[in-house]
Amino acid sequence: MVACPRMDAAQALADLTEISAQIEAAVLADHDGSVVASTLADDGAAKSFAEAAAELLAAADDVRAEPGSEPLVQVEGASLDGSVFVARDDRHLVAAVTKPRPTVGLVFYDLKTCLRMLEREEEAKAAKATKTATRRRTMKKETEEAESESS
Amino acid sequence: MKARSAVGLLAAGAALAGAIVFVRTKSAVEREHVDVYFGDGSMVSLESGSSDGDRLLPLARRALAAARG
Repeated sequence: MVACPRMDAAQALADLTEISAQIEAAVLADHDGSVVASTLADDGAAKSFAEAAAELLAAADDVRAEPGSEPLVQVEGASLDGSVFVARDDRHLVAAVTKPRPTVGLVFYDLKTCLRMLEREEEAKAAKATKTATRRRTMKKETEEAESESS
Repeated sequence: MKARSAVGLLAAGAALAGAIVFVRTKSAVEREHVDVYFGDGSMVSLESGSSDGDRLLPLARRALAAARG
């Protein structure tokens, strides 16, 4: 069985929008802004959103550029029209938009939960894939041994 | 009569002070900003008018506009 990170990501985003009523739209992407999953129907909009979120993170990274400084983990940009939130882990970033004056802590908590869920699902699938591959290798070896014994 | 005027003046002053506090608080809450959070739990708040704020706010607005189409 092959792991399917895109399905995991879509599920993680679906769970995110289900638990957080404040979030209007969200996207999961790689650190370079490549879209992994999105709640937006338009792929072009999802791509633009993910790229803009990645760019915001990269630009925010420069705020504290001294060597040895703590890494940036999340950003909130608040305008009069609404807020954009971006959180990241080692592999992905998740970005979401809300109406003006959201409950900041709650939105960040939900975004981090989404990232954790995705990480756990990917780890579980990877472990399962490794287990299956090991079992296949063992079976193949046993078959080869049996064949060599019989011949 | 004098006492009544003094009370009236005091009430008017208090109402004015309350209105000023309300307007200032509301404008502070609604001010555009970018909050940047770091791994150690620290946060830097950048408001429009600061160099970093003016650099990051357009990117935040662009992300917002992209998500809303």
